[in-house]
Amino acid sequence: MATRIDVTGLTAYYGKFKAVSDVNLTIEPKNVTAFIGPSGCGKSTVLRTLNRMHEVLPGARVEGSVLLDGEDLYGPGMDPVNVRRTVGMVFQRPNPFPTMSIYENVIAGLKLNGVRKKALLDERVEESLRGANLWDEVKDRLNRPGAGLSGGQQQRLCIARAIAVEPQVLLMDEPCSALDPISTLAIEDLITKLKSSFTIVIVTHNMQQASRVSDATAFFSLEKTGDPGRLVEFDKTSKIFTSPSQKRTEDYVSGRFG
Amino acid sequence: MTTEPDSSAEKAEPRGAASATDPPVGEVPTTESAGDTPLTDETAKAAPVTPTDETTATPTDGTASTGTPMSADLATPATIMAPTAAPPPIASAGRSAVGTADLVFKNITRTAGIGLLVLIAAIAIFLVLRATHALSANTGHFLTTEEWFPNETPPKFGVAATLFGTVVTAAIAMIIAVPIAVGIALFITVYAPRQLASILGYVVDLLAAVPSVVYGLWGLIVLAPHMKGVQLWLNDYLGWIPLFGGDSVGRSFLVAGVVLAIMILPIVAALSREVFLQVPIAHREAALALGATRWEMIRTAVLPYGKPGVISASMLGLGRAMGETIAVALVLPASFKISVHWLEPAGNTIAANVANGWGEANDIGQGALIASGLVLFIVTMIVNIIARAIIARRRDFSGSSA
Repeated sequence: MATRIDVTGLTAYYGKFKAVSDVNLTIEPKNVTAFIGPSGCGKSTVLRTLNRMHEVLPGARVEGSVLLDGEDLYGPGMDPVNVRRTVGMVFQRPNPFPTMSIYENVIAGLKLNGVRKKALLDERVEESLRGANLWDEVKDRLNRPGAGLSGGQQQRLCIARAIAVEPQVLLMDEPCSALDPISTLAIEDLITKLKSSFTIVIVTHNMQQASRVSDATAFFSLEKTGDPGRLVEFDKTSKIFTSPSQKRTEDYVSGRFG
Repeated sequence: MTTEPDSSAEKAEPRGAASATDPPVGEVPTTESAGDTPLTDETAKAAPVTPTDETTATPTDGTASTGTPMSADLATPATIMAPTAAPPPIASAGRSAVGTADLVFKNITRTAGIGLLVLIAAIAIFLVLRATHALSANTGHFLTTEEWFPNETPPKFGVAATLFGTVVTAAIAMIIAVPIAVGIALFITVYAPRQLASILGYVVDLLAAVPSVVYGLWGLIVLAPHMKGVQLWLNDYLGWIPLFGGDSVGRSFLVAGVVLAIMILPIVAALSREVFLQVPIAHREAALALGATRWEMIRTAVLPYGKPGVISASMLGLGRAMGETIAVALVLPASFKISVHWLEPAGNTIAANVANGWGEANDIGQGALIASGLVLFIVTMIVNIIARAIIARRRDFSGSSA
């Protein structure tokens, strides 16, 4: 089951600083949507507002609404904890829990949800690791520390950890920027595979990556440093990379800008 | 553009060549060669090994126009022979040669390190000699006897009662202080709003710097008198547990333990806070993104990561608690008796016993107190080894390898 996300009039602040202003876009279910744009344009900020991770930072707040299948994530009585169980996230740097084994890392989210049955946990670990294309590489050392894996494996472990709780949406914040090309390819293959089960939103600096994996692309930009970032154009990926309607998008994707 | 790298390369070359043959030729970069030359002269004067000194030092300058480590390595033999002669040239030649500074620093640290070991060995030998003297005169069994009459003839004394008191009071202090300290640290690092957190963090650091005896006195004068009600309550309602049983309550192990807890609380809290601050934001966010509440985030990411550090902090607190003299000496009635009733006015600790007994101790008595001090040392060491073993057991999972 995957979910559609409607973002309306979204403005995000860090304290007094307006990081991104008035974003409107609709993310289709079982699609990969890529956010691209120069550094500081607010694409990561927008991503983090989609599971209320933005407000974890001190002083950060959000205006506007984010509807998940019609339900406002920022509505009154909406618990951010529940939001994050529905909208999973993978970070820029692989961050498996260093004190836990591979197995414990995968079930970390399930344990938070109160799943205790060993048989069920075993099943979900295998399922999630297979889902993250990692099972064959680690099935013999599930009790070894997760931090002992290579960077690419760690990132896939983090993806396994995120999908183990069966979220409806998976957010990825530059998931390949710390990885080598081979590991990047592995993650991209994985994204294409995960698309059949989840709605995926990915922030990337790599335009080839955006054009390879995504169905829709949102281009963010900012006038100058200190200004809030804005959504410049949002369309089908094929359109953004071949015949964008905005001049600035064309400049950016053709490499003439930023 | 093209002249710059050229000229710098030229400068580098002649510098090495010039100082190899005769020092004062070079123009700007003379700082290095000028610094080196006085040193070799000085050491040559001080140490009787002039020829080797010159020959080892000179080629160094010639070959290593770039590398200071190399010159430091080669010059070492000279200064090992004359370590005292090294500092003066540095003082006079001032900020000059990096190689010289390295050399001096290396020797200072080496001297300090060796000196410390020698000092410890000397202390240990002295203490063991004094203690053995007293132990050979002892008519009781040192480890099992409860009485403490080392000044009588014949002397009869044992460390059993005071060791028991030390362990019990320190254990009570740890049981009370560590959870509270960890709670304070967690509140400051996770729950408190940022401004309050920075103020509180500063205050806790300040409190940790205050000598613990100050807290001990406060606990003694202000808190201990109010402990009577608590102790009576425990005795009335939980008296069926031997620990809280007994006929009377008063200046007991419990009071001493509470006072010790107050004394070690700030240092354990300050160190734990420091440890929790080290938890990478990435791990905390990973937990939150999985849908963890704040407490679940602490349990998933913060506590496991900080556990070794908290254990170390607790060990430091434990060391203070076991070594504390005055506060405990003022609380406990200094009776030499092993009692399982921890509310009764009884007991003594090794450290308090030393503080109380040293003044009136004769030769044997002092030896006996020293022997008990050595027991305290061994106990502390055992506890530390156990703590390290606990930390090392899951080293792979500590996160330091990542």
